[in-house]
Amino acid sequence: MSRRAVGAPLSRVDGRLKVTGQAKYAADHPADGVVHAVIVGSTVSRGRITAVDTRAASALSGVLKVISHRNAPRLAYHRNPSSNNPETGERLRVFQDDRVRFRGQPVAVVVATTPEAARHGASLVVVRYDAEQPSTDLAGAPASAPVTYARGDADLAVGSAAVRLEMTYRTARNHHNAMEPHATIARWDGGRLTVWDKTQWVVGTQRELAAVFGVELSAVRVISPFVGGAFGSGLRAWPHVTIAALAARMVGRPVKLVLTRGQLYSGTGYRPAYEYRLRLGSDRRGRLTAMVHDIRAETSSYEDFRENVLAAGQTLYSMPHVRQTYRTVPLDVNTPLYMRGPGHVTAAYVIESAVDELAHELGIDPIELRRRNEPAEDESNGMPFSTRRLRECYTVGAREFGWERRAPEPRSTRRGDWLIGMGMAAGAHGTVRNPAQARVVLDARGTALVEAATSDMGPGTYTSMTQIAADALGLAVRAVEFRLGDSGMPRTPAHGASQTTASVGSAVQDGCDKLRRQAIELAVGDRRSPLHGVDARHVTVSAGRLHVTADPARGETYQRLLARHGRARLETLGLFEPGESRFSTAAYGATFAEVAVDHRLGLVRVLRMLGVYDAGRIISPKLAESQALGGMVGGIGAALLERTITDHRDGMIVNADLASYLVPVNADVPDLRAIFLEGADPEADPIGVKGLGEVVHIGVAPAIANAVFHATGRRVRELPITAEALL
Amino acid sequence: MHPFSYTKVSDLAGALAAGRRGGRYLAGGTMLVDLMRESVERPSVLVDISALPLGEITATAGGGLRIGALVRMAEAAAHPSVRAAFPVISQALESSASAQLRNMATIGGNIMQRTRCPYFRDVTAACNKREPGAGCAALGGFNRAHAILGASEHCAATHPSDVAVAFAALEANVHLLGPDGERSVALADFLLPPGGTPQREQAARPGELITAVEIPAHPRPLRSGYLKVRDRQSYEFALTSAAVALHLRDGVIHQAKVAAGGVGTVPWKLPAVERLLIGERPSQALWAEAAERAADGARPLEHNRFKIELLKRTVERQLRVVGDLAGGTA
Ligand SMILES: Cc1cc2nc3c(=O)[nH]c(=O)nc-3n(C[C@H](O)[C@H](O)[C@H](O)COP(=O)(O)OP(=O)(O)OC[C@H]3O[C@@H](n4cnc5c(N)ncnc54)[C@H](O)[C@@H]3O)c2cc1C
Repeated sequence: MSRRAVGAPLSRVDGRLKVTGQAKYAADHPADGVVHAVIVGSTVSRGRITAVDTRAASALSGVLKVISHRNAPRLAYHRNPSSNNPETGERLRVFQDDRVRFRGQPVAVVVATTPEAARHGASLVVVRYDAEQPSTDLAGAPASAPVTYARGDADLAVGSAAVRLEMTYRTARNHHNAMEPHATIARWDGGRLTVWDKTQWVVGTQRELAAVFGVELSAVRVISPFVGGAFGSGLRAWPHVTIAALAARMVGRPVKLVLTRGQLYSGTGYRPAYEYRLRLGSDRRGRLTAMVHDIRAETSSYEDFRENVLAAGQTLYSMPHVRQTYRTVPLDVNTPLYMRGPGHVTAAYVIESAVDELAHELGIDPIELRRRNEPAEDESNGMPFSTRRLRECYTVGAREFGWERRAPEPRSTRRGDWLIGMGMAAGAHGTVRNPAQARVVLDARGTALVEAATSDMGPGTYTSMTQIAADALGLAVRAVEFRLGDSGMPRTPAHGASQTTASVGSAVQDGCDKLRRQAIELAVGDRRSPLHGVDARHVTVSAGRLHVTADPARGETYQRLLARHGRARLETLGLFEPGESRFSTAAYGATFAEVAVDHRLGLVRVLRMLGVYDAGRIISPKLAESQALGGMVGGIGAALLERTITDHRDGMIVNADLASYLVPVNADVPDLRAIFLEGADPEADPIGVKGLGEVVHIGVAPAIANAVFHATGRRVRELPITAEALL
Repeated sequence: MHPFSYTKVSDLAGALAAGRRGGRYLAGGTMLVDLMRESVERPSVLVDISALPLGEITATAGGGLRIGALVRMAEAAAHPSVRAAFPVISQALESSASAQLRNMATIGGNIMQRTRCPYFRDVTAACNKREPGAGCAALGGFNRAHAILGASEHCAATHPSDVAVAFAALEANVHLLGPDGERSVALADFLLPPGGTPQREQAARPGELITAVEIPAHPRPLRSGYLKVRDRQSYEFALTSAAVALHLRDGVIHQAKVAAGGVGTVPWKLPAVERLLIGERPSQALWAEAAERAADGARPLEHNRFKIELLKRTVERQLRVVGDLAGGTA
């Protein structure tokens, strides 16, 4: 028996390309005759453009064209909800009118033969505005009509509960801030458009470009083999993608456009700021009876962005009464977008903080309180859980973290100037599955090429798909190559919402199973094969060799089989079509944190963290661990550091750079550990995975916030927790 | 970003000549290039001085130390004489920026660095430093990082350097070489509070080159250290910081040098704190009593009021830390 690739702790198959600089990111692709574009952003947040003076810029040597709404052609901008554009509202139409909807909105673009000339030119374009007072502050701004959910009578139940709590929590706007900036290279060959882009969804970007330019889908090709981190920012085709294609068409040459770090803060989305009021009722033993959620989140004036902030309130704990209202607040800002664990992260912060508050109020251990409220079924729809092993996450986590050493009383552990505290929080993320396809080709050398139009923004799609294919085909990992990131490849859903392994992985599994069976059929039906006449069910493939399962000596290699048949290749198309499930399926996790707080100086230091996950089968343990550690690091950022700060007088983002928008650095990242409960969820999908990328980030910030409370006895209901909040 | 020409000079005379013609000195480039990218700085001629012979650290006759202007931050931090005599300097440098930046950035460039005020760094915002008379967007804007000490109605930007706080505590002098020859200016007189001319940040004359920073001799043993309070543990500017140097004899404080960072428009010397310490014996009560004076004269803005209390606590903590060291050897 050869060792299985699935479950083996492989290093990234693309690691060498990355560390030797050979992996080509969006801006790295060579395009003959490429010229450079730099965007001019509006300096007001709301109003009309009254003048665009391009004389100085146009006079500059090397500048080819300055484009604004004054000279840009009208674009089709067909409706296109299929590229993660919000259902409600109209997307920003670049250079189509004189309206300014947010600060930093592209109002012109300078195209030049060198990046330097383009950048210099951009600084010489003078735009005048008729500016209006913008509204950019979530606090106090009027909201649109709410989305609601109710079961039971939550208001009545909270009112009559033995224990009642009411809190308002606030979370800051967070930007994805991946290392790689967004960048696009666009080239027209007649009516055909090729785009190299930073995207998590080549198909989504392809559809959007076809809709914006009013061309056939088949006339657009989007290529994106490597993504230098995204966290969700690559799930939409942002205005600069259109601008690059538009500029390329207007100057008749390929155009490269790279957003500056500062432009990323208005040129792409972000996790919106929230105000979240929660009222809860419970009995004296900590059994929850009701929760009432009143949620407000920012969106833009032109699109109604919503995310799944309601699920956690409906399914995380058992209770008869729930009422939720979710209001978005249109502001003079650019549109938010999904960011790792969208909605769930915010809801988990609120609910898991509130449950911790309740545990403290009642003097019950926070884990015990959670156990008492563990549901037996999905109370939002009455479905049974396929697998829900949150209790086990608590047990394993408590044991491995040393939870029993936690003194129940807050502010009771001190080391010198430091107060020490422990906290934990739960998280869940519903498993998302969508139709996907993958092409599998086995060639005469006995090596396989597997392709799908998916992406790898870091979690390791290249590696995990290779592992799945290797096992299904009975090949060594090195005999399999997986390719992704080209809209010409078989269709896949967006690389987000933790659905890639479940969806694309299942399609890869299907395609490889089909191909293996096809080879076996060929062999058993072939008089010249040693396998002739064997029941196909009794044939196994391992290390590239087909053989009788019970008699490994009897068999032959793929190579010989294909050679004898004069076949250059075998080819199949793997399909995954998720059906209606009878089960409620989600990935679960429990995160534990220990912090030290210098109570005099207001400093919080995370000492160690542990995450325990019920995520179904783990295909690629080493990369799964990286995912989990990254999720914790991101959570440290959200809990203690990250916030995009807007000057509400004029909508200027005052910390639009990585020196002042703080993300954790190595010194902030302590001893982190991840444990995955062994097992698979056969109801989830053919390969038994439940999704990982989101759940490892959900529940991290509240675990830290709860630890800060335990250390200090002070409850800060706002993220990030800053020094001044603890002084 | 605007076009510029670049020239590299190999001797002091060449540098001064280029400086006299309006050239802008480029040392490590870690600040200047950044600000040029943002069009905040628009020099037309860059004069690369990195090859000048200003990279030495030497002991002075009286027992002080002379740190050449082109000594890299990393080199100065690691230098045995600096570590032995003035840990406060090493600690301030090691808590500055990142390892990569410290390998490039120079001591001269560090004290010449300009503020991190976001409104200064965004050319679309009103800033009196960048454009005298334009107004100050920070005073009514987001000013958490701004000064509570030394601000004027025109500007409240902090001087962001850490090592300059250590230099201020130790009463360092800045050596300058200009068309009219050499001179030496106390750091306290070299870095200028904004007053009515926030665009004037240093007392350097046009074309003047910093050649060295000199730390005068201090009585020994001198115990010193630097504490920097900030949101993340590395690679961030100070919310507050304290540089403390104490000399004790027979258990009594004979000399106390204290300065604060992150709170002033220039590195902020704390003479009131120093006075309360001298002649006293270290104690918890003394540290607290002295630190109570650390924010004398502070005028907070909307988002930085917490710095008043934080500054006092920072100074108190660092007095205790250095005091414990000094007490141990008394
Ligand atoms: C992200 C980031 C974080 C940082 N964090 C910190 C921090 O935490 N603490 C801290 O103290 N600093 C910090 N810094 C600032 C850093 O220390 C300075 O950028 C650096 O010290 C400047 O030195 P340089 O040699 O690179 O100067 P340059 O960029 O070359 O020059 C800076 C200025 O000094 C002038 N100049 C340079 N040398 C001379 C000379 N010999 N004579 C006359 N004029 C001269 C130049 O003309 C220019 O105006 C940070 C910088 C960055 C970019």
